[in-house]
Amino acid sequence: MIKQSIILATAVVVGTTGMAQARDQIRIVGSSTVFPFATAVAEQFGKTTKFKTPVIESTGSGGGLKLFCAGVGVKHPDITNASRRIKMSEVKRCAKNGVKEITEVKLGFDGIVLANSKKSPQAKLTRRIIFLALAKNVPANADGSVLKDNPYKLWSDIDSSLPKTKIEILGPPPTSGTRDAFLELGMEGGCKTFAGIKALKKKNKKKYKAVCHGIREDGAFVEAGENDNLIVQKLVANPGAFGVFGYSFLDQNSDTVQGSIVNGVTPSFENISAGKYKISRSLFFYVKKAHAGVIPGMTEYVRAFTSEKAFGPEGYLVDKGLIPLSDAARKEIRNSSRALTPLSM
Amino acid sequence: MTENSSRNLAIQLRKKRYAAERRFRLYGIISISIALGALCLLIGNMAAKGWSAFMQTYIILEVELPRDGLAPGGKIDIETLREANYVAYLRKSLRDNIPGVTSRRDRRSLYKLISSGATLDLQNRVLADTKLIGSKISIAAVASDDVDQFIKGNITAGSGGKISSKQAAWIKTLSDAGRIEKRFNTNLFSNGDSREPELAGIWGATIGSLLTMFVTVLLSFPLGVAAAIYLEEFARKNRWTDIIEVNINNLAAVPSIVFGLLGLAVFLSFFGLPRSAPLVGGIVLALMTLPTIIIASRAALSAVPPSIREAAIGMGASPMQVVLHHVLPLAFPGILTGTIIGAARALGETAPLLMIGMVAFIVDIPGSITDPATVLPVQIYLWADSPERAFVERTAAATLILLTFLILMNLIAVILRKKFERRW
Repeated sequence: MIKQSIILATAVVVGTTGMAQARDQIRIVGSSTVFPFATAVAEQFGKTTKFKTPVIESTGSGGGLKLFCAGVGVKHPDITNASRRIKMSEVKRCAKNGVKEITEVKLGFDGIVLANSKKSPQAKLTRRIIFLALAKNVPANADGSVLKDNPYKLWSDIDSSLPKTKIEILGPPPTSGTRDAFLELGMEGGCKTFAGIKALKKKNKKKYKAVCHGIREDGAFVEAGENDNLIVQKLVANPGAFGVFGYSFLDQNSDTVQGSIVNGVTPSFENISAGKYKISRSLFFYVKKAHAGVIPGMTEYVRAFTSEKAFGPEGYLVDKGLIPLSDAARKEIRNSSRALTPLSM
Repeated sequence: MTENSSRNLAIQLRKKRYAAERRFRLYGIISISIALGALCLLIGNMAAKGWSAFMQTYIILEVELPRDGLAPGGKIDIETLREANYVAYLRKSLRDNIPGVTSRRDRRSLYKLISSGATLDLQNRVLADTKLIGSKISIAAVASDDVDQFIKGNITAGSGGKISSKQAAWIKTLSDAGRIEKRFNTNLFSNGDSREPELAGIWGATIGSLLTMFVTVLLSFPLGVAAAIYLEEFARKNRWTDIIEVNINNLAAVPSIVFGLLGLAVFLSFFGLPRSAPLVGGIVLALMTLPTIIIASRAALSAVPPSIREAAIGMGASPMQVVLHHVLPLAFPGILTGTIIGAARALGETAPLLMIGMVAFIVDIPGSITDPATVLPVQIYLWADSPERAFVERTAAATLILLTFLILMNLIAVILRKKFERRW
């Protein structure tokens, strides 16, 4: 019996090796921020067309592009999601591995919010305050040419109009795309308002980045893991704390948490959509054109994603927390993506 | 005098020894109660959170199935039936129940009370029985996740929440009319994954887990038992077998993610096996459980007393006959227990599967070991990460189901041991 099962097992392994060649299902990898939207489209696509439901892995933007650029062929994914634009270095790596024609599809915006429990009053912040509350080094003089370790313990230490509560902010770990975007748009945005630091950008770019992207490590910022649900739960339990996460989580939990006003703008659907709320980024997905004729359903999937029913202002992705592009931008993207126009950088 | 004092000393020492004994027992009881308390806390917490997920809210609607829409000209045609506008019929019934909703915006939020899954249910019902066309049928439409959570009291209405005060009023009207019903959540058990919490189920992940376990046991059981028999019964004791033994014990302690990396490098990149397939997941988990099975099997084999072997040899049995006819049957309960415990560990594993693409959103139920699939613990992980509130209770419910599977497997291991165990 043992002998037979060993032979059977070997036969199964050997037999299936040959089967790996054909594939009739789209494979998608990439950003965990785009994941909830891409999966919603994939499910609808599977239900309403004759094609199989695409398989979607959440690998992070960088990890997704790495897999995507590894080559052409059924072994490699057809589409990758990204919560940032593809980098020049990644385009080069793609080209080196034979992935020459890539179509970029911008699908919408995502806002990053600083939120607290509804039991506390809504906070009125600026990006400068966010920087001062979170940075490792803060300016010691007015223009920021001299730096010191962050001494602020209470919000009122930064600005007397703020409440006398401890600074306590829960946020994502460094591996997260949300963290990258928050550093770049929120922290750096506030950092630049100091003329002395801004001048540093030209002289010593490395130092500038270290100052603007350096998060304090004295316990005021708590890395709460990749799970945004957990951050929301912790905020409810601790009304004094703030959390950093994507707008879709604020949208789903708007009965228990509220987004802080940043530079006079509330993180609302309308404000992010109009570009008024500054801590927001664009979301993309990239399509491997070489696979379009080989894997069934590729062009149809892109068409389904860019239909008004999905990414339009009244589409089902909006219910999932996506912030749609403007009418003109959507029209342009619909046309370019349906023709699978290759990306040029 | 001296005799008296030495007696006193003896009594004192005895008292001390008894006290030490009592303390020792107390420590034991304390550690058991801490362990039990932690377990109760875990299961209690999961049960409290997840219990409500086993019920799902439905809205009972009378839906008219007009003959001219479904069977134009009195002809029943499957293609037409597939493409018919079932949403419209459901929505009309909803509007009939809540009069006075006229503005486009209000209608949109009224339609959001029912899930998109209700449309599919209605369609399937009509396709199954075309005689219904032209009549008015009563259908239990799956309520949307927000309505479900609102009914269960997990979210409150108004003030920018997911349920507006208008929607809350409509729900009250429906509920006063007896149209809101909570039923057993069959979707949770019969569906694959979905982005709509009310439609999401664990069936796809369960099948994925079964297929993966099938491959794992098929590979690791014969290999592990064969390796154990050879090492225990036939191999000479020398430096090589020592090295092998040390390595097997080492492998049993390697973090599981390492096996995932191995799977990625060897099975996916080198052999070109499909990504996300239970086949690869099963092989990787088989490698992970092999050391456990070998160690348990060797222990079981060495527990068979030498007198059995000697008697068999004395009767003229060959070494292979000794092992296959006498030692192996006696060691089998122990081997099975080891295998089941190893498989139970593999069933709860996610880390190695991350690397080979089994942590993915997969809607279709896998049909073979090469189809893309996911497993139960991965499903739990994916739901825990989803923004929709209704996934919180579903995550806990899926955890309870996984725990039930694990308890069942370990129970089988205990029963087998009790039934076949022999003591010498």
